[in-house]
Amino acid sequence: MYEKIFEKYSPKKDNLIYILHDIQDQHPQHYISEDAVSEVSEYLRIPFSHIYGVLTFYTMYSTKPRGKNVIRLCESPPCFLKGSENVLRKLKKTLDVKINQTTKDGLFTLELCACLGVCGNAPVMMINDDVYGNLNDEKIDKIINKIRGEK
Amino acid sequence: MTKLIKVSIDGLEVEVPDGTTILDAAKKAKKYIPTLCYHPDLKPTANCGLCVVEFENMDATKRACSTPAWEGMKVITNSNKLRKLRKSLLELILSNHDVACPTCDQNNKCELQDLANLFNVDDSIFPKILKKRPLDLDSFSIVRDSNKCISCGRCLIVCQEIQTVYALTEGGRGFDKVITTSFDKGMYDSPCVNCGQCTVYCPVGALREKNHKDFVWEALLDKSKYVVVQEAPAIRATLGEEFGMNPEEVTVGKMYAALHKLGFDRVFDTNFSADLTIMEEGTELITRIATGGTLPLITSCCPGWVSFMETYFPKRAENTSTCKSPQQMFGTLVKTYFAEKEKIDPANIVSVSIMPCTAKKFELARPEMKDSGYQDVDYVLTTREFIKMIKEAGIDFATLDEQKADNLMGAYTGAGTIFGATGGVMEAAIRTAYFVLVGKELDDLDIKAVRGMTGIKEATLTIPTKDFGEIKLNVVVAHGLSNARQVMEWVESGEKDYHFIEIMACPGGCVGGGGQPYGSSIADRARRGISLYKEDKDLPKRCSHQNPDVNKCYEDFLGKPNSEKAHKLLHTNYFERSKLNGEIIREITHKH
Repeated sequence: MYEKIFEKYSPKKDNLIYILHDIQDQHPQHYISEDAVSEVSEYLRIPFSHIYGVLTFYTMYSTKPRGKNVIRLCESPPCFLKGSENVLRKLKKTLDVKINQTTKDGLFTLELCACLGVCGNAPVMMINDDVYGNLNDEKIDKIINKIRGEK
Repeated sequence: MTKLIKVSIDGLEVEVPDGTTILDAAKKAKKYIPTLCYHPDLKPTANCGLCVVEFENMDATKRACSTPAWEGMKVITNSNKLRKLRKSLLELILSNHDVACPTCDQNNKCELQDLANLFNVDDSIFPKILKKRPLDLDSFSIVRDSNKCISCGRCLIVCQEIQTVYALTEGGRGFDKVITTSFDKGMYDSPCVNCGQCTVYCPVGALREKNHKDFVWEALLDKSKYVVVQEAPAIRATLGEEFGMNPEEVTVGKMYAALHKLGFDRVFDTNFSADLTIMEEGTELITRIATGGTLPLITSCCPGWVSFMETYFPKRAENTSTCKSPQQMFGTLVKTYFAEKEKIDPANIVSVSIMPCTAKKFELARPEMKDSGYQDVDYVLTTREFIKMIKEAGIDFATLDEQKADNLMGAYTGAGTIFGATGGVMEAAIRTAYFVLVGKELDDLDIKAVRGMTGIKEATLTIPTKDFGEIKLNVVVAHGLSNARQVMEWVESGEKDYHFIEIMACPGGCVGGGGQPYGSSIADRARRGISLYKEDKDLPKRCSHQNPDVNKCYEDFLGKPNSEKAHKLLHTNYFERSKLNGEIIREITHKH
């Protein structure tokens, strides 16, 4: 099932992270299933449980199905000082989910993450590959509504 | 030669080889540095931080367990700053630990408890941040209590590097970090082979065996049940150390006495079926050599190894001896041979075995282990559980008068007793195979090349057989599953050509089993092995084919070794298992 991805990378252990990224990106629900781990384990000859350890260490990977758009809100101190708690409250309310939950329509998953490296624009979040900074309630409404409209 | 360096530990100069850790240098200077995650048998994980030290000539603290010493370093092992640091670390660990000492299996043997006590730690200083997780109870052998886990990482090193099983792994990070199995599914749904080495090395009781003790008590106190017990060779080499006796003493007579006192109706000995195993497995080896059967032959006494083979090297099933383990042979015979002889309804027999092993708990539950028409073995007690039972019954073990095992399945030879140490099965098999092939006993029964704690022991034996001239037998003994893996890789690549292979899953063999006392180190294992070899030396009969009870069992019941009846009752078959969760994929070998 993942032959196309494996073709891109030689079976070297160093390629684990890249392969996992590709598998996750390819999946409509942005996650890595047990079957996928099993195939990667065979391909790279890395024990299954090691890959599980890597998957759960990095917040960017998920072992459970997620929404079409994964929101990752920074919870590091700079964003916290600039009001990330308010952003979180607003997101929870707008989307009607708790942390690590997916909206009923399957459109959004709300997650927290460590520093995204753009502290100058704190508070910051990422939706899939796009970064959104200087967040406030109004901005959040605009972003969420825009994505909902694209559906 | 390694360069020697001079270091000062609390002002005391010592010379150590370059590369020595600060902790080892301090040991040489006879200076104590407290440790928790560190274990001398294992690579340091440097997780707990308790071994921090300071320096006279440098403003830093470093972890002694994992920092190599350097020329001219001046270590301070204790100071007010270090005491405060260590105390805070212990307080932090306790804030995330289920402090349930009175009910904990490892109470009084817990390394965290000892340290907390020594440092006068107050566990209420930090608020509890422990997020309770359910116990992992599904495995046949091992119970995992994540609430007690302090993430020291010892079990990971054992499971991944020493055993190369990879059942346990780290999941999550930061406060959410846990030692777990893949996808958090529990030990039952992992490739765990039930060796139980994780339980031996866990410092805090987060990993322990599945308890059978209460079931055994229930059977003992039930007048309608006839309770029969067998004890593995390793048990007698271990009990002494736990009851304040000379740890080198083999306490076989006292062990029988304790079992009679506990109320077992018949006290037999697994050493009997160890001798029986040699008769069956030795015959199998000779037949395979004589008829050009599949070689190398690999021993099958160790259920940890059998699961490992089924999971990682299923192609080697055809090489693995079809013999059941001594425990299972014994169990089958108790409910057939013994029941028949004594005219007892096997349905009323409860067959208990006392093993240094957690994998035996899995083995007894294998669905194919029912050749007697009943579950062949009902309960397995680990050494730890047995010790608890003796204490619970208030038996003063050290002062017991020595007794003998009961007749019929109690006699054993030196060959049976050395089964408990790595290389023992090999040595016992060679003694009997030599006798059968040559027609006389070996001049020197001690086969030193296969003894000792070296991970992989190879030897070539020249046997002047009476039927096919002089043959050379290449044998190898491996203990610890990483060594087993290495030997299997050699076999599969054709790099080495062996005829006979002994494998034990646990380092040191059964004396180092997963059911042995908590904290059993490599040194403890080596000592117990030596005790068994000493017992062997002192026994009048040292070869399995001389065992009177075994010979009688063949005469009266089984016929001859590898007879049809023996095959039906004493042999088994193997399965291929999934590397992901240990589930049976298919049957590979079939029972004939």
